[in-house]
Amino acid sequence: MLSEDPQQKKTPLHDEHVALGASLTGFGGWLMPLRYTSDLAEHRAVREAAGLFDLSHMGEIHLVGPEAATALDHAIVGNATAIGVGRARYSMLCAEDGSVLDDLIVYRLADEHFLVVANAGNAPLVARELTERAARFDVVVDDRSDATALVAVQGPRAEEIVASLTDDADVEAVRTLRYYASTRATVAGVETLVARTGYTGEDGFELFVPAERAAELWKAALAAGEGHGLVPAGLSARDSLRLEAGMPLYGHELDTTTTPYEAGLGRVVKLDKVSDDGTPIEFVGRAALKARSESQPARVLVGLRGEGRRPARAGYDVVVRRPDGSAGVEVGTVTSGAPSPTLGCPVAMAYVTPEVSAEGTELAVDVRGRAEPFVVVPLPFYTRS
Amino acid sequence: MADFPATLRYSVEHEWVDDGTPATVGVTSVAADALGDVVYLELPEVGSTIEAGAVVGEIESTKSVSELYSPVTGTVVEVNQAAVDEPALVNSDPFGAGWLFKVDVTGTGDLLSAEEYAAHTG
Repeated sequence: MLSEDPQQKKTPLHDEHVALGASLTGFGGWLMPLRYTSDLAEHRAVREAAGLFDLSHMGEIHLVGPEAATALDHAIVGNATAIGVGRARYSMLCAEDGSVLDDLIVYRLADEHFLVVANAGNAPLVARELTERAARFDVVVDDRSDATALVAVQGPRAEEIVASLTDDADVEAVRTLRYYASTRATVAGVETLVARTGYTGEDGFELFVPAERAAELWKAALAAGEGHGLVPAGLSARDSLRLEAGMPLYGHELDTTTTPYEAGLGRVVKLDKVSDDGTPIEFVGRAALKARSESQPARVLVGLRGEGRRPARAGYDVVVRRPDGSAGVEVGTVTSGAPSPTLGCPVAMAYVTPEVSAEGTELAVDVRGRAEPFVVVPLPFYTRS
Repeated sequence: MADFPATLRYSVEHEWVDDGTPATVGVTSVAADALGDVVYLELPEVGSTIEAGAVVGEIESTKSVSELYSPVTGTVVEVNQAAVDEPALVNSDPFGAGWLFKVDVTGTGDLLSAEEYAAHTG
């Protein structure tokens, strides 16, 4: 069933996935676990208890030096200077034309030390761009992706599980860690950067560890989580979880034909950021993004909820729904779609023309030649209670 | 590799058919496992004529859509409404309660024995 591509990289946890009987799939140049048992069971475990994810395919690029914040302010659309030590922000790396090269999480680990986490397939490009854009600043850009493993524990039981693995001296810091914040702690005996971030719509932690210690942490987390309902979860569950949570996936909602504004993420673009002495900061893409911020986008990202049972998939046409239910003129394209395990109906994200983007608009998706009814709903589809 | 029921015959597209009259058709555990959780079934209509090797429906899982091929030629006489209503039956019991449709068979395509199918999928 599986064709092994020798070009695909394997994470430090590859042997663990094989031992657990995972189905593997190619993603962003990596051979990754798609599922261990059942997509639905893994999805539900994360919503109701906890899931353990290998995210070692993600890129970790460090910027260290006196001008680290200034260099980042120039390189990305967000305001790095404004990030407090120990905190993190969602941001983007854009091209001069304002298009999105990648979406990122930027952690400020120390006054002069930032960690940029990039998507797997984009990590080499992000490292190159950051290096180039930071060249005239007093900062060292260091791509530590290969040396770093990333394990996520996500779900309502995540705090208990991670706390149970954490050294006594660090437990309080981990338990009280705020959303989008990070701290260093010893977890399962491993020096870990613990971040309260995730991509599932649940509470959870992302644990950055040296690649050679990843298996230790993974096995300890599986053992510690057993009594809490934790299961290993693959990319399939990760995708349906982030879709329910209305989170964009690069290559689907975001790409080089999109600016943050179409994606409804204009808030991450800090057009008016200023340096410590109050002077405006020019950053890559600023002029194009400023122009874009002042005009109505040709298409906007919306949520769609299916009224039937058939899910829409990425790439399918969104069409006007005629009174008899048949397909009218094309008004957009689905970027992500799946049956929602939590809502029990199909959900999708799609780019549509602004005229049909209002909540409650009854549309249809051309599902392999048949018009399936969908209605525009607010994002996210799911918010944890 | 899993054991496949010896009484059934198999297509390389991972369908199975029994020797009943009418014959019952389903997909194998190999197909069910590869698909992941099945969420939607599109089956041929009762009364329709189907041909061995032709696409007769769709199996949609959480992650993907696959075409359903018929391993036999004939007329569809019944579809498994329980599986249409609860597609997870295809995952939980692909050789039993997760059967798909029944056919008055007039001919078959190239079919494999359980042993040959095991070798094919192994």
